Amino acid sequence: MSALAFVELDEGKVKKSSLEAVTYANAVAGDATAIVFGSMDDGQADLIGSAGASKVLHVTDEKLASPNIMAYASAIAEAMNGGYDQLILAKSSLGDPVSARVAIKTNAALAANVSEPLSGDVAKTSIYTGKAFANTKLNGNRKVISIKKNAVEIKTDGGSASVEAFSPTINNGDFKAKVTSTEKATGDVLLPEADIVVSGGRGLKGPENWGMIEELAKTLGAATACSKPVSDMDWRPHHEHVGQTGIKVSPTLYIAVGISGAIQHLAGVNSSKYIVVINKDLEAPFFKAADYGVVGDAFEVVPKLTEAIKAQQG
Amino acid sequence: MKILVCITHVPDTTSKIAFTDNSTKFDQTGVQYIIGPYDDYALARAVELKEATGGSISVLNVGEAETEPTLRKALAIGADDAIRVNAFPTDAFFVSKQIAKVAEEGGYDLILMGRESIDFNGGQVHGMVGELLGMPSMSPVMTLDIEGNTAKLTREIEGGKEFMEVKLPAVLGCQEPIAEWKIPNMRGIMSARTKPLSVVEPTGDAPATTVDNFELPPAKKGVTMVDAENMDELVNLLKNEAKVI
Ligand SMILES: Cc1cc2nc3c(=O)[nH]c(=O)nc-3n(C[C@H](O)[C@H](O)[C@H](O)COP(=O)(O)OP(=O)(O)OC[C@H]3O[C@@H](n4cnc5c(N)ncnc54)[C@H](O)[C@@H]3O)c2cc1C
Repeated sequence: MSALAFVELDEGKVKKSSLEAVTYANAVAGDATAIVFGSMDDGQADLIGSAGASKVLHVTDEKLASPNIMAYASAIAEAMNGGYDQLILAKSSLGDPVSARVAIKTNAALAANVSEPLSGDVAKTSIYTGKAFANTKLNGNRKVISIKKNAVEIKTDGGSASVEAFSPTINNGDFKAKVTSTEKATGDVLLPEADIVVSGGRGLKGPENWGMIEELAKTLGAATACSKPVSDMDWRPHHEHVGQTGIKVSPTLYIAVGISGAIQHLAGVNSSKYIVVINKDLEAPFFKAADYGVVGDAFEVVPKLTEAIKAQQG
Repeated sequence: MKILVCITHVPDTTSKIAFTDNSTKFDQTGVQYIIGPYDDYALARAVELKEATGGSISVLNVGEAETEPTLRKALAIGADDAIRVNAFPTDAFFVSKQIAKVAEEGGYDLILMGRESIDFNGGQVHGMVGELLGMPSMSPVMTLDIEGNTAKLTREIEGGKEFMEVKLPAVLGCQEPIAEWKIPNMRGIMSARTKPLSVVEPTGDAPATTVDNFELPPAKKGVTMVDAENMDELVNLLKNEAKVI
C-alpha cells in the first residue's frame, strides 16, 4: 500500500491541516508522498518530511500556481495513477471538491469527515453534523480519505523528504472556471486551522464590542468565530459563522461568549475537545455541552480572562 | 434556462439522533423530515433566477416513496416538476450516478444543490456529479448571477471569498447568503398538488461505501463552574487540567 497526501499552501507555507494529512498517510501506509502545487517557502519540504513523507511531488507549472479545482483533481489523479492506491487530504474549501472529483477519476471509494485513523478498510466518519459517527467501509482497492482537524497528532520525528518535480498533463477542459479576484483576511489565524477558537454571539450586542473578543483571541493565538445571527446581521463576516449551516470546527479549545447554545450552533462545535462557556444566564443550554462554565457579564469577564492569561504568560 | 435542483430529505435540525437494530439503522421515531437547509437555499435562488429570466425548474430527490411530501414542498416553493429516483440513497457515489443520469437526459444548463446534506455531511455529490458529466463544479457558492453562458459567483474560502466566472453548464453546491429561504404560500401549496412528479428507476450502480454501524459520541463529563471573579482559576484549569493553553 502506498499513500499520497495532498498538501495545501497558504501564502507559501504548508497548512497545518495538510501536515495532519501527511501524518495520517504515513500512519495508514507506513510512508507517504506529498503533492504540492505552487511555490513553497524555504524549509517547507522539511516540515512535510518531519510529518512523515519521504518524497514531495512538486508541481511548478504556472498554470497550476493558484488553486483550480478541476485542474488540481486531474493532476492528483495522474499522480495516483503513478502508483498510489490512497489519497489523504484535509477537509477544506479546496480539498472537498478536489477529493470528490479525484474519487470519480480514479474509481476510488471516498470517505469524508474522517475523525480517526483507519481501522482496516473502515473509516470513522462524523455525521449528523457531529451528533453521531458512522463506521464506513470503503469498498474496492482505492481510497480517498478526507480528514477532520485533529484526526491525528502531527508527527515531528519523520525523516527528510526529497523533492521531485512533477509535470502533469494540462487539459484545456479544466479551465472552464476562473477566479477573477479574491478577498481574504491576511495575518489572522484561519478558523478551520485554529487550535483555539474564541466565538461571540448576539449577547455581545453589536459589532463595536468585538475588540475584547479579538484581544482574547490574539492573546491565545486563536481564531475568531461567531453565531449565525451575528453574521446574518453583518456584525462579522460570513466565513466566521460556525454551526449547522456554517463552518464545522473541531479545535482543542472553543470559548463561547454570549452564545445561547442552540442545537444548530452546537452542531458545528460539539467535536471540540474542550468547551468554555461565558454567559450571563445560568439557564443557557450551552452550559450542558460545556467543560468549563462562567456565569457572568461578558463585558466584565472577558477582559479579566485576557488579563489572567497575560499574567500567566508573564 | 433549465435548472435542476437536487434536494435531500433529512431530519429537522432539532432532531434527536438515535439508532436501532444494533446501531445499524437510524431511529425515525418522532423525527420530522425537511428539505435540507442548504438545498433550500439552492431552491430559493433557482426560483429567483427563474423569476428574473424565465425558464424552468425541475427538482430531484433520490429516495423511497416516503420522500414525496418533501418533493411536493419543493413544488410548492416554486419548482415546476419533480423527479424521484426510486432508491434508498446509499452513498454519495450511488446518488451522484443517479443525478448524473437524470441530468444527462434532461440537458440542464444549471444543476444546483446544497453544499452538503445535513445527515451525512459529505459535501461530495456536486463534485462527483460535475466530474461524471465533465462539467465544472463549485462549492460552497454564496452568491450567484447568470450572464448569458456564464455563472458569476462567489465561493467561500478559509478566511474570505473568491469571485469566479464559470462556464455553463455547471454544478454548484450552495449555502447562505445566496438567497433567503422561501416559505410556500397557499397558492403554491394548492398548485403543487397537480404539478407532475415522475418516478424513475435507479441505475444498477453499486455504492462505493457501506456503513457497518453507527455510534454516538461519548457523553460529556459535566460542566465545572468557575466564579466570574476568579479568572485565575479558569486559566489554571485550562493550563493544568485540560492542558490546552
Ligand atoms: C435550520 C437552522 C440552521 C441554523 N444554523 C445555525 C448555525 O449554523 N449557527 C448558529 O449559530 N445558529 C444557527 N441557527 C440559529 C440558532 O437556532 C440560534 O438562533 C442561534 O444560534 C442563536 O445565536 P446566539 O446564541 O448568538 O443568540 P441568542 O440565542 O440570542 O443568545 C444570546 C446569548 O447571550 C447571552 N447574553 C446576553 N447578554 C450577555 C452578556 N452581557 N454577557 C454574557 N452573555 C450574555 C444570553 O443569555 C443568551 O444566552 C440555525 C437555525 C435554524 C432553524
